[in-house]
Amino acid sequence: MNKKLYVARSPRIAARKLGEEMLVMSGQGSTLFTLNPTATILWQAADGATPLEEIVERRICSEFEVNPEEAMRDAEALAEDLAKHGILLISEQPIAEQSIATPTSPVQESR
Amino acid sequence: MPGLATQIERYSLVIAIGGVPVRVNTTDPDFLEMLEKRYAGFVSAGEGAEFDFDVDLSPVASADQDSDMNVTHRSGRWLMERGDFRAEWTPATGTGRIHQSANPYSIDAVLRVVHTLVLARQGGFLLHSASAIRNGKAFLFAGVSGAGKTTISRLAPSDTTLLTDEISYVRQVDEQNDGYVAFGTPFTGELAKVGENTSAPVAALYLLAQGPENRIEPVAVADAGRELLSNMLFFAEDQEMVHRAFQAACDFVGRVPVYRLTFVPDARVWGLIG
Repeated sequence: MNKKLYVARSPRIAARKLGEEMLVMSGQGSTLFTLNPTATILWQAADGATPLEEIVERRICSEFEVNPEEAMRDAEALAEDLAKHGILLISEQPIAEQSIATPTSPVQESR
Repeated sequence: MPGLATQIERYSLVIAIGGVPVRVNTTDPDFLEMLEKRYAGFVSAGEGAEFDFDVDLSPVASADQDSDMNVTHRSGRWLMERGDFRAEWTPATGTGRIHQSANPYSIDAVLRVVHTLVLARQGGFLLHSASAIRNGKAFLFAGVSGAGKTTISRLAPSDTTLLTDEISYVRQVDEQNDGYVAFGTPFTGELAKVGENTSAPVAALYLLAQGPENRIEPVAVADAGRELLSNMLFFAEDQEMVHRAFQAACDFVGRVPVYRLTFVPDARVWGLIG
């Protein structure tokens, strides 16, 4: 049986939704990333307490109408990629709340 | 018996950029005179200063002003280092020290770093952009080298006050009312003309591009954020400061209109501004 994976937003990054795009800046190296729609959903839902499997089922499958097994494989790969860049934390245990970044208010397109 | 200690004469001047007075102390009157000329218009006669820097003039290992700058934060102290200088600054005491040779470029770099750090705490930033005041409002013209900052500055009509042709100083003044103010700076580019020491509320940011016709187009907020960040001056490899700069850029593009300004290099472009 597969172990559950938990994901959390890294507190070492700053993120903001500008219009429809999620911009993420790493505190180290000042690298700027733009997340794609799937990565944005994953990042927003990464509260450290909800298993990845549940995020995929509730947030990704419903949004993109994809097969759950395939969506889970893609989500694991995506989470690992985001973790590699220091954007997400991954653990086989729930991740403590103080280790998670708090999302800031989005900036709307209408200026 | 004659005194054992020799009193060393100390000379000072206050350089106030963005309304932030920084006192510079030196024992070399010629260096002081050089600074007075370099920062003409920004030298304050007042005694009060927020920060105090002692400058130790001595030959340095390298005169390389093009090498990378290293800015780190340790135990409440900022350390800045480049080939041509070493400096430290303790914000809590408001004091700092700069080791450099007698040239105006090293201290200019230190002042830029200090102001980026001060501004980051106030929701502001230094930006690679020209800026000018027209009809009581400030307009910023951002772009990389060659995008047209000097050209647009040179083409400015006589009713325009140039704040800078190279580095703009932007501070958030009223969070509730979306207020940003641009200040003049002595940081010059190719025009080599020091900006006017004045300020005005920011009305718009233009991202510059040269092209076959004059055209203004709105920029999507995410693109505006990315471009603003790519043109912001930031030196510190410090997580908190990086986060502050990022949030400042996001706040700014959410509150100030950002346009792409494609222009033919002649004076007609200013008909679109203001």
